[in-house]
Amino acid sequence: MAKKDSGNAESELATKNRPDLSAGTAVIASEVFQNPGMPPHHPRATDLDPKKEKVAARRVGGLFLFSILASVFAIVAYVIFPITPGDLSSVRLNNLFLGVGISLALLAIGIAAIYWAKNLMKDGEWSEPRHPTRGSEDTRAAAAEVFRLGNEESGFGRRTLIRRSLIGAVAVAPLPAVVMLRDLAPAANPAELMSKTIWAKGVRLTRDPDGTPIKASDVTVGSVFHVIPENLEDSEHKLEEKAKAAVILLRLDPQDMHVSAERKDWNYQGIVAYSKICTHVGCPVALAEQHTHHLLCPCHQSQFDISHEAKVIFGPAKRPLPQLPISVDADGYLVAQSDFHEPVGPSFWERP
Amino acid sequence: MSRRSTGRRHPLATVALILIGLMSTGGAYALLSTTASAESSTENSQAAAEGQKIFAANCATCHGMNAAGTEAGPSLYGVGAASVDFQMGTGRMPLAYQGPQGAEKPPQFTQEQIDAVAAYISSLAPGPAVPAEKWLDGSGDVASGLELFRINCAMCHNIAGAGGALTEGKYAPSLQGVEAKYIYEAMVTGPQNMPVFSDLNLTPQDKADIISYLKFQETHANGVAGVDLGGLGPVAEGLFIWIFGLGAIIGVTIWITARPN
Repeated sequence: MAKKDSGNAESELATKNRPDLSAGTAVIASEVFQNPGMPPHHPRATDLDPKKEKVAARRVGGLFLFSILASVFAIVAYVIFPITPGDLSSVRLNNLFLGVGISLALLAIGIAAIYWAKNLMKDGEWSEPRHPTRGSEDTRAAAAEVFRLGNEESGFGRRTLIRRSLIGAVAVAPLPAVVMLRDLAPAANPAELMSKTIWAKGVRLTRDPDGTPIKASDVTVGSVFHVIPENLEDSEHKLEEKAKAAVILLRLDPQDMHVSAERKDWNYQGIVAYSKICTHVGCPVALAEQHTHHLLCPCHQSQFDISHEAKVIFGPAKRPLPQLPISVDADGYLVAQSDFHEPVGPSFWERP
Repeated sequence: MSRRSTGRRHPLATVALILIGLMSTGGAYALLSTTASAESSTENSQAAAEGQKIFAANCATCHGMNAAGTEAGPSLYGVGAASVDFQMGTGRMPLAYQGPQGAEKPPQFTQEQIDAVAAYISSLAPGPAVPAEKWLDGSGDVASGLELFRINCAMCHNIAGAGGALTEGKYAPSLQGVEAKYIYEAMVTGPQNMPVFSDLNLTPQDKADIISYLKFQETHANGVAGVDLGGLGPVAEGLFIWIFGLGAIIGVTIWITARPN
């Protein structure tokens, strides 16, 4: 079907021979781009020199042979380096050599095929015109006849009750799928879920991960504890609750602390607890510096100053980390006074 | 009665014998142990005296003649032998210059000299001691060590222990290839801006588990996936794949469409 070097003539026809078509509202540039046609044909080195052609053919054959060798190598490697259960390094060797063999085999086939096509297959510039999509008059008439017959035999056009009820049924059928989209949203009010954690009055602060309670005397000055609530183990959705309730516990020298009047009772002898969830996009903020009292978020470098109630001192976070008010119970263990007084983590639409 | 008992022991003899026995063993023990403790305390005080000289000559500029601290350096009361052993043993102290963070460098003192300074500092006020050998041999629970490391250490030191940046020029150093003793001492003393992880937070067994994880990682995991590019995560790996991976793809595409000569 392909005609050599015919693209130029065809496209000239297309641009010049339709003056009858209206341009409508389209803006037509006065200087229409002229199809420059095909560049002049340059013969390849392999076309001119039979020696070079032979070399190229040998290269292609060599690459295919190399691919065979690589495949065989992969099989041999699979046998030589078997996977011993429990030995990580045997998996490493097995995967490495098997993978190297298979990928070299496939790569060689690909490179050889391209090299073959570029250097040895018939060379020349081609253009293939598109087939017309319109069918012949006979085909069109036959198709129309099929529709007419179908309509007549089924009575689709005549029986209005059936036709209308069918259209109605088909229109309603997808509605259950649309209704099911509701499940993409949380079952409960998300704003409420995000505003509360499982911290409550009297809930003990416990060590992550083993859940042992922490005595106030355990927390020496300069210490950092990673804390989960005591009731996390009993909660239904542990990971979701942990993601909101994770707390970092630090003890500062009370002289270094700047505490506002309303938070006077929120710390215990310099022991402070802050939400570990960054107010920017919710990464765990846990890079604590002992002497500067800085907390650094590893995701976007927000920095919070613990000695100034976790005030933002650098980075994209806009709000300080929420503080968990703590005190000590009768046995000397650290407990929460209440939940956080504000939602933890990043902002959301409904956040007050 | 007295005749019948002739040749037999007096009834009080047993009591007397027991008393004599007790007193002699007790006395001997007391005598020996006092000499022993006297010996060790003289040894200690000798070491402390030696340590005080080294301290006065090398550390007192910043920490003060009595180790009470100056504006240039903190007080060393209560930091303990572990802190001295860590700071001097890893070459962080004496500082080369004041800066955001003292860097690790070849130690300037022999272990004996460091022990002497440690003895001097711990004679001033009690503090954490150099850890016992049994926590350092890497025989702890590797899985538990990984979990504790992930929760307490990985945010600064990177999950592979490769280290990472902190604020204003400070950084968490790499833990790869660091002696177990120094890892333990760093946890228990909280050097520079690292928080303290006392035995009330992470028990000695927890610390041994963490060390075991790091040592396991060093011997088993390094190089599993070929070159680790510093183990720094997505930045180094992303840079590599963008430059070399995409570069190779672009190169191949150009070659496929280029005309042969």
